[in-house]
Amino acid sequence: MEEFLQQVINGLSLGAIYALIALGYTMIYGVLRFINFAHGDVFMVGAYIGFFVYPFLSEALGTGYLTAIAVLVAAMLGCGLLGVVIEFLAYRPLRNRPKLTVLITAIGVSLFLEYTGQIDFVFGADYKTYPTLVERSAVFSGSGLSLGSDQVIVFVVAIGLMLLLRVIVMNTKIGTAMRAVSMNLGAASLMGINTNRVISFTFFLGSALAGAGATLYAMSYPKINPLMGVLPGLKAFVAAVLGGIGNVPGAVFGSFFIGTAETMTAGYISPTFRDAIVFGILILILIFKPSGLLGKGGVEKV
Amino acid sequence: MNLRLLTTAAAIALFTLAGCTKTGGDKPEESATIKIGQIASMTGKEATFGQQVDDGIKLAIEEINNAGGLLGKKLELITEDTQSQTPPTKTAMEKLVSKDQVVAVIGEVASSRSMAAAPIAERAKVTLISPASTNTNVTLDKDGKTLNYVYRICFIDPFQGTVMAKFASENLKAKNIAILKDNANDYSVGLAKNFTETFTKNGGTIVEEQAYEGGQTDFKAQLTAIKAKNPEAIFVPGYYTEVSLIAQQARELGIKAPLLGGDGWDSPVLTQGAAKEALEGSFFSNHYSEQDTSAVVLEFIKRFKAKYNEVPGAMSALGYDAMNIIAKIIKDSGKADAETIAKGLATLKDYPGVTGKITIDPQHNANKPAVVLQIKDGKYSYYSTINP
Repeated sequence: MEEFLQQVINGLSLGAIYALIALGYTMIYGVLRFINFAHGDVFMVGAYIGFFVYPFLSEALGTGYLTAIAVLVAAMLGCGLLGVVIEFLAYRPLRNRPKLTVLITAIGVSLFLEYTGQIDFVFGADYKTYPTLVERSAVFSGSGLSLGSDQVIVFVVAIGLMLLLRVIVMNTKIGTAMRAVSMNLGAASLMGINTNRVISFTFFLGSALAGAGATLYAMSYPKINPLMGVLPGLKAFVAAVLGGIGNVPGAVFGSFFIGTAETMTAGYISPTFRDAIVFGILILILIFKPSGLLGKGGVEKV
Repeated sequence: MNLRLLTTAAAIALFTLAGCTKTGGDKPEESATIKIGQIASMTGKEATFGQQVDDGIKLAIEEINNAGGLLGKKLELITEDTQSQTPPTKTAMEKLVSKDQVVAVIGEVASSRSMAAAPIAERAKVTLISPASTNTNVTLDKDGKTLNYVYRICFIDPFQGTVMAKFASENLKAKNIAILKDNANDYSVGLAKNFTETFTKNGGTIVEEQAYEGGQTDFKAQLTAIKAKNPEAIFVPGYYTEVSLIAQQARELGIKAPLLGGDGWDSPVLTQGAAKEALEGSFFSNHYSEQDTSAVVLEFIKRFKAKYNEVPGAMSALGYDAMNIIAKIIKDSGKADAETIAKGLATLKDYPGVTGKITIDPQHNANKPAVVLQIKDGKYSYYSTINP
């Protein structure tokens, strides 16, 4: 029983990180109706931003929670800006082209980030050790269960950011505009909404969440490399599809589901299947409920 | 019909011409240097393996060239990066043997990648000397016959697995041990198998066996299953990238048992960051210890420090030995060709290397002792030597 509960904790803390990435996929899909396949690589860049700013921040602020928060904020801002730049340079010129064109461009941007990152004077292809932001220790340990400090931080930060996102989307003017754009881009623009600004802001928000996810991920698994975004990115994408792409609570639910399913498979069946199970779930959901568990019906043509 | 005839004729003409340049030229020009090839993981997941071997080889070459070279020629090293992956390894090996026409190739560290390069060496009749691949099958073909042109100057997995199993039952007095191995890695699987055989023969029990795949970052699921069995130690015969993550996640789950491992742990980045505390008190078997006080080791460390300003790891020592062995064979025989080097290696006996006395056995493996190191304060401290 303890073993099972421990696996649940492991799975949920992995899922919380996926959720931060999945929210970006889902929000961008929500406003623009296309899947930003470069999102996982924006996540990767977030980890490297943390890696590079840490020496300066720790010198200025010492080591401790303050620095950790500063690194998190730096990664979020950096990724947010990167997202805005990518949208402006790669996607905006194609706004009125077929969706397939934008989708292919997204894959191009993804490969561009991955392979540019591997060049020696950018990030380099070798694995780098991410700095220890917060001392790792067992916060709670008893009756066979153990909750690590990084797991607690992952939960707190992830859930905090998700609530913040909800407030922004539901209770602010720009959030209302985002929802309007996601319903109908053309109509929203006729109603006097500056759609370009709203789309830029959505990219900023989604990418910033990926930056936060990257910081939490690299803190939990402190080895980073230019291809690290591929698998978490794909899994978060599956989570977003599972929950119903374009649906914010759905992305969160899907992420926790995927994280737990993956951990349970590794723990009880075989770690060989941990990636297979995730993509198996994707195939099943596409066959039986393509709109996702919490998504609304409707035919979408990409 | 006519067209076909024409193309056939053209093809024949081309082939004959190509044949001419090859046979007619024989040795187009005597090359000005003796070319030695290297396939190494200079980048990628196991980058420090390749970089360390490279440092060792370069030191040896510099010393030889400064002393006037061999047979009146300088040595030239051509290094090809395998990116810690198998497909580029094959490409690199093909390039070295065909385009560069090297007399011997040193490399790879990882057993899986040496196995990918071995058939190419055999076909091209160019000697491949692995500095550190310990999997038994590296020097064997698929029928278990020893390959003519593939050698290694390190011990093999059965020995390394046995060393750690012996160490676990005799020095640690452990009865219950769990294993966490890399299922996608020939080296790791081999070590786990040999560890299990010896450890159970000595009366111990493997209470849990879990696996992962290289490149993964989350091991909590497997470690949770291991924790439930409460083992006295965990044998993790993987490579350093994963080992440092495994150690941290194990400590976080509240596992206090020490980890045990093999030479795949040896890297300056193993104990970086939080892994330093997580690995404190763990043990692994290795080829040499920098705390060895024999004259040959002291001299090597002194020269290495003078060039690179750091203490050499085992991979550097093995690279240094591999290069010097090739040089010795060329010098003793007075010939620098692949055939001579292969023959010289087959008969190598009691070579006084930095990593111990090296004698090549009929299966082309080196017979030599292993050392067990303990991690203390993030540094490797010598614990004991175990002889074959």
